[in-house]
Amino acid sequence: MTRLAAAFPADRAALVCFVTAGDPTPAATPAILDALVAGGADVIELGMPFTDPMADGPAIQAANIRSLAAATKTADILRIAADFRSRHRHVPLVLMGYANPMLRRGPEWFAAACAKAGVDGVICVDVPPEEDDSLGEALRAAGVAPIRLATPTTDERRLPAVLEGAGGFLYYVSVAGITGLQQAAQGSIDDAVARLKAATDLPVAVGFGVRTPDQAAAIARVADGVVVGSAIVEIVAQHGADAPAPVTAYIRTLADAVASARKDSPKEPRQ
Amino acid sequence: MNAPNSFRTQPDERGHFGAFGGRFVAETLMPLILDLDAAYRAARADPAFQAEFDDLLEHYVGRPSPLYHAERLSDALRTGADEGMGAQVWFKRDELNHTGAHKINNCIGQILLAIRMGKTRIIAETGAGQHGVATAAVCARFGLPCVIYMGAKDVERQQPNVFRMKLLGAEVRPVTSGAATLSDAMNEGLRDWVANVHDTFYIIGTAAGPHPYPELVRDFQSVIGREAREQMLARTGKLPDLLVAAIGGGSNAIGLFHPFLDDPSVAMLGVEAAGHGLEGNEHAASLAGGAPGVLHGNKTYLLQDDDGQIAEGHSISAGLDYPGIGPEHSWLRDIGRVEYTSATDVEALDAFQLLCRTEGIIPALEPAHAIAAVAKRARTMRADQVILANLCGRGDKDIFTVATALGVAI
Repeated sequence: MTRLAAAFPADRAALVCFVTAGDPTPAATPAILDALVAGGADVIELGMPFTDPMADGPAIQAANIRSLAAATKTADILRIAADFRSRHRHVPLVLMGYANPMLRRGPEWFAAACAKAGVDGVICVDVPPEEDDSLGEALRAAGVAPIRLATPTTDERRLPAVLEGAGGFLYYVSVAGITGLQQAAQGSIDDAVARLKAATDLPVAVGFGVRTPDQAAAIARVADGVVVGSAIVEIVAQHGADAPAPVTAYIRTLADAVASARKDSPKEPRQ
Repeated sequence: MNAPNSFRTQPDERGHFGAFGGRFVAETLMPLILDLDAAYRAARADPAFQAEFDDLLEHYVGRPSPLYHAERLSDALRTGADEGMGAQVWFKRDELNHTGAHKINNCIGQILLAIRMGKTRIIAETGAGQHGVATAAVCARFGLPCVIYMGAKDVERQQPNVFRMKLLGAEVRPVTSGAATLSDAMNEGLRDWVANVHDTFYIIGTAAGPHPYPELVRDFQSVIGREAREQMLARTGKLPDLLVAAIGGGSNAIGLFHPFLDDPSVAMLGVEAAGHGLEGNEHAASLAGGAPGVLHGNKTYLLQDDDGQIAEGHSISAGLDYPGIGPEHSWLRDIGRVEYTSATDVEALDAFQLLCRTEGIIPALEPAHAIAAVAKRARTMRADQVILANLCGRGDKDIFTVATALGVAI
């Protein structure tokens, strides 16, 4: 079983936590990643900063700017990932970002570098299935999971194309919009997760706009994973290099809520 | 590489121009892009759509724009040239269009498409403000609400156009992220679109963005080249020897070039903005100083560093300082059909003044770059040869920038 598959057990939802690499500095990121794990993160999403993060809201845009201002390079991010792998052998780490930094030295170079650093999967925001040959093929060949996104606009007609060649888990972006602003109505999330789970064996993780333990628990009742990003990035923005302690405290509230979600509720996960 | 049978059959059905173009967008936008593609195919095949487009171009925009033989400029450029040298310079006068530039051609096409698709809200990005003004105008004309994203830095240096947009009823939203220029305005446009997918149509102003935008913008702008080709044949009985156009994203250039691409006797020259010079980092010449990459939905030449971070373009012309270029130009460059060069801020300023004094025409700083290249090439061509340059915008918006550059207080 891959590290990613093992991170999504059948009896509870996984907590997937995003931070931007190099925010506030490359040197500060390892301790923040450790803080995520200490708080109970099951999967780490490490954001690759980009000058033009067009799918991100203000919080993650600002994190990208802070990271690039601290001169974060692709080499730093790969080194942060490799060092994380040596400290945390069983916690999956995926890179999330935009096509241009990933493709700059060629898709094969990037895929090989990810594999070497122990990166389990890659989420590339602006490579849809239609452009899979630009990145997905190289990732699969290197044994790195190309993680796809589904959204409220992904209709039945299109879903098979999204799932074709997908790996790791399916990331359901619950809001048609940018990161960090609002959360979708829980009812629409329940329906979407049921629809997606009927179409794939991949775990389905739900994100965009998730901030509170209650929101996380509500999603954890129906989905295989809960993704939290902007709320963590805001803590890093506020505390900088001192972020590890408050990050751990915050993640623990989410992890506890996610862990007990299905015990508190009589509702079974929908099949 | 073997030359294709036709240079006019791109892109393929995935929107690829050779190795360039494509649809590099977030999944949320992908279904919309596919819808837009289907709607555009249907519109293009519908004679009623074409008829309405043509009617508005004639009666609202003022087309066809004149083809003008710039005899005094031609004479001025022959000064110092060898005997029998110094080509005739002709201009396609798209600066005479309503709203003062070629941008309106594309806006008419896209707003008709938006209405056809049942969209009720229009957004656009703008750099110099010409595309913003043209979009605001067509939105007023059709009674649709309009939001224009404009880099805060551009808002500052293009105040007259900001006021024009507001007069036309548009809401101008200054964008402060990144370098606060055109590229950032485009990011903000994409963010708005992704959050308002059901009712909003994004009128992209140049022949870039995800497929089908580069194709449809080119098609709407190709009226420039179609008219020019007919007019030139009618006036001179032959095709021009060289076409010249300035390039930021490249919509006026592709509009002029495309109808001539399969005329082997017609050479073409695209002129990028060299800013303070290609040797430094302060220019906007994506082809001369960039490398292929992915930005704003397509693969094309980009100004970027070794890690794929996008660099800021610089040009005295706010309409040219975009770090990318339309993907069809990247393809035309790589297959060698079109030649690309560049002109510096200083060369553009000289050309700007030269046209003012020889022809009584104040050009925008964008086509001033094309005129700078014309000035160099004309002397190397015979006096019976013809250069046709696209005068794609008028300079009223630029007089303050030019005054500052010349050290004149207005």
